[in-house]
Parts: sequence; structure tokens; C-alpha cells
Amino acid sequence: MALRTKSHDMGMHTEKLSGRTQQRFFSPEEEENFTYPGAYDVDFNKRAEFDAANLSTSEINLKLRELMKAGNGTIVMKNPGAKHALAVGILNRLHLHVEGSLGYFGCGLIDGPNIHIKGRVGWSCGENMLAGTVVIEKNAGSTFGAAIRGGDLVCKGDVGARMGIDMKGGTILVGGRCGAFCGFMMQRGRMVVLGDAGKNLGDSMYDGTIYVGGKIEGLGVDAVPGEMTDLDCHWLERKLKQYDMKAPNGVKNMTKIVAGKQLWNYDNLEPSEKKLIL
Amino acid sequence: MCGIAGLIHRGKTGNIGKEMTSMLQSLKHRGPDSTGFALYGSPKGNTLVMRFKVAEQDEMKTGFHIHDQVKERRKEVDRRLKELGATIVSEDEATEYAFRYTIDYGGDKRKLADYIEDIDGAEILSLGYGLELVKDLGDATRVSGQYQLNGFTGSHGLGHTRMATESDVDIRSAHPYWAYPFADVSVVHNGQLTNYWTGRRTLERRGHRFMSNCDSELIAVYLADKMQQGAELEDAMKDSIDELDGVFTYLVATSDSLGMAKDVMAAKPMVLYESDEFIALASEEVAIRSVFPHEIDTFDPYEGEVRVWKR
Repeated sequence: MALRTKSHDMGMHTEKLSGRTQQRFFSPEEEENFTYPGAYDVDFNKRAEFDAANLSTSEINLKLRELMKAGNGTIVMKNPGAKHALAVGILNRLHLHVEGSLGYFGCGLIDGPNIHIKGRVGWSCGENMLAGTVVIEKNAGSTFGAAIRGGDLVCKGDVGARMGIDMKGGTILVGGRCGAFCGFMMQRGRMVVLGDAGKNLGDSMYDGTIYVGGKIEGLGVDAVPGEMTDLDCHWLERKLKQYDMKAPNGVKNMTKIVAGKQLWNYDNLEPSEKKLIL
Repeated sequence: MCGIAGLIHRGKTGNIGKEMTSMLQSLKHRGPDSTGFALYGSPKGNTLVMRFKVAEQDEMKTGFHIHDQVKERRKEVDRRLKELGATIVSEDEATEYAFRYTIDYGGDKRKLADYIEDIDGAEILSLGYGLELVKDLGDATRVSGQYQLNGFTGSHGLGHTRMATESDVDIRSAHPYWAYPFADVSVVHNGQLTNYWTGRRTLERRGHRFMSNCDSELIAVYLADKMQQGAELEDAMKDSIDELDGVFTYLVATSDSLGMAKDVMAAKPMVLYESDEFIALASEEVAIRSVFPHEIDTFDPYEGEVRVWKR
């Protein structure tokens, strides 16, 4: 029981969500009857693949729905050609393998699927993600995981600016470096950057935790260093192992950044004045 | 929004016209108002290529008299070139209002440009030994077809698809911009400059000319001013990161280089593909994929980053 509590406190429970995150916002009486419109019962052992080379964005997303509706729980998408807004709004469990790169707004608004992308993703991947995992083997553009609420969003390469802005939960893992303004107005969840982080990291963050393995170009307003505890190290080791990633200098040498929480109560000062004081 | 793209064939030439058309057509959704190309072909000795227009596309719909006016303006261009001692080697009529001349001229390019642009409606789009700058209303396929760019062989090029936000939909506000009066320097830009008028007034006081009210022209003139003072292109671009205010990503090309600069907020996108044979940059990866459909490694340059490649 103690372990479960610890796991819950560390946010690990998000890994085990079944793709019905929104159920938490409904009363227990409704829970049994609640299903998403557009969520499909799929069988992971039923596999399908299709070539997206000559399909438009709408056609690709409709094709995914058609295959899920037919019960396919494992789908391989070939040649996505960096088209935008692919694999969005998937609200059920699914193993989706993308053999190529996605453009902007890929995997947005998902709740439950496990998506593996062999290539790169453009801006705003995983935006408003609720649950599931998205693993990108190469690089990602800016606003990676903006307003993510749950699940694991993993990029094994470098990520652009403004990653995890307005993050409300879940975990973002980055194997390389990240650009400026990451974690801006972060509210909950964890962000792990194994390489260097750009300037204004964690600016105006309310809560949540950022771990950085390399150098930090600069902290934003009200982002302050926190103490690395055994619990942090344990969580990092387990989370990184899950995705076959390693902190170059070991998790114990990572820097932990948390909210100073001085911006929470603005008292009688204007926000700009408060920032000046801080 | 706007779309920008650039491509270099390293150490060789290719069908840059067709490739840039394909890249820009892929970015049409970022701006369908106008499309422009700055293509760099092989220089032919000291012969200058001059691309110019004597009217806007929309003006051609304003009555019968405009057709006669266009002919008169072109005749005046020919007369003034002769007066300045320039010899017209060849002349092509790309459209009724836009022309491509090759000229032998050893004099002051700024003087030539000023004298030609003094003609009502005339604007030199580019002047250089390798640069050919073409821009007009419509998408990439239309402009490329209109100006027969699909067979253009060259080493590198820039392009732009424009969604007009702060100035008119016309050729003078379309990109790329030639960095007057420097031969072979062109600029495309995606973003907004917030110190445009301050910067413009400063540069006008230093004797530079602006042909439009488009903020992007400021970048071309700014770089031209820096280079006029002896700065190298890359240094001028680095200065621009601090001195130009706003959100921007821009590309600049010279006869042998192509560079990119991104503002300190990294607010405007840019995707980069780099290999031993090619450098390709675009606002969206989908444009790069239109010429490299196989799996490639791409990445986003970071905030405040300036990079320059030689062809």
C-alpha cells in the first residue's frame, strides 16, 4: 500500500491509464456507462498496415479509424511524408507504428494509444495528450507536448523551443537538448532533458518538476533549483530504463528545477512589478 | 504566416527551378497571395542579368491605356540603359509587364538602378551575374509556369509563398527582395518586424531606397547597408538578431552562399536538412520531402541561430 502511495505521489500512475482519462471527470455512477464516441474496441493481435504516400491528411486519419473500427489493434503507417495533423484524436488503446516522419500537430489530443515514430516530428507533437505513449526516434520541433495532461511523450533526439508549455501532467523525456522557454507556465508533471536546456527554462512555472542532464542556459522567472532526492533518482532510473535511455552523467548528477512559488499570490503588485522584484 | 524555402546543390548544379517550384507549392497553404523565386544560375562573364517590371499585374486590368504605357515605360528603360552606356545583349518578355535583360555594363549599379526606377512603375527586381529574381501573384505552379522556371538550372535558390498581413497584395510587396544595390543578394522572410519604421527611417537617412511598405524589405536593405560598411554576410546576419525586433526567420543568398537566421524567441519555424550533397531549408518539412521523398534526418535550428553555407 505504501508503495502504491509513493508511486501515486510520483505521478507514475499515469503510465497505467487505460485510455479513459476523462472518466475521472465524471461521477462514479456514470463510469460504467461512459465511452468516448469514436473509441474502438481493438485486438492487439490483429495487425494491419497501409501506405500513406498518396493519401491526404484527412484520408490518412479516416483510414486509421476505418482500421480501428475493424478491430485492428496494431497498425503500421508507411510513408507519412511529414504531413501535418496525423494520428490525432485517437481515444482508445492501439499500437501504432509510424515508419517515417510527421509534420506539425501530430498525435495531438490522444488518450490511450502507444505510438512509435521512426522518424522526426514537426511542431506541436502530442499537444493536449491525455494518456498513452508517443516515442520518437529522431528529433522534434518546437512546442513539443504543449499542454500535455498525461502519458509519456518521448523524443530520443533534440527538441526545439517552448517544449511542455502549459504542461498539466504526464512526462516528457528528451534524449538530446531542448531550446528556449521550455516548461513555460508548467503546472504539473515531469520534464526530463538529458542534454542541455535553452534559456528561460521553467519561466513562470506553477508546479511540476524539470530534470536536466546537461547545462542550463538560463532559468526563467520563479524557476529555482530543487534538491535531488533518492525518490527523484529512483523515478528517473525507472522511467529512463523504460525507454532504453540513459543520463550521460548518471541521474544523480542531473539538475532538478522546481517552482519557487513566489508568483502564485500576486498581492497588490502588477505581475510585471512582481517579476521585477523576483 | 508565410512559407520560405531554400536549397543548395553543393558543388554542382541541378534543376533548381523545378525543385523550388515543388517546395513552394508544398507550402501554398502558408500563403497563397504571391510566390517568389531567387534562383542562382551560372554567371556568363561580366554580363549582368536584370529582372525588372514596369507595372503591377493588377494594373494591367485598368484599361486600354496601360498597355501603351507599359510599352512606353519599357522604351524609356531601353533609352536610359543606352544613356548610361549599357549594352543590351538579350531581352526576354516574361510577361507583358515583366522583363529579363542581359546587359553589358561596367558602371555604378546603384546609379543604374536609381535611374531605371525613376521611371513611373519601374522596379528592378534583381541585378546580378547569377541571380534571377522572379515574383508575381498566385501560387508557385502558376508563377513558375508564367515565367518558365521549370527548366532553370542552377546551384542554389530561395523562395517564398506570401500571406499578406501588413502590406498590399502586389508584386512590389512580394518576396524575395533584392538587397539593392548589391549584385546577387536576395532575402526571404517569414515573420513580423516590430521596429520596421524606426529601422526604415534610419536606413533612408543613410541613402537607401525602399520600394514597398513590406517589413521584409527592411532585412534586405539592412544587410545591404551592413555589407556596404564592410561587414561579412554572416556578421551582418548575427547583428540582425539583436538589432531587428520582432519574430522572424529569414533566408539570404549570395552568388556563392545561402544563410539562415532565426530570432531569439524561435517563434517562426524552420526545418533543416543537411548532407554532403544538399542543404535544404523550409518552413515545413513537407516542402523538403517534396524533393527528397526518401527517409532523411532533419532538425530545427535553435533560437538566435545564424548559419551560412557555401555552395
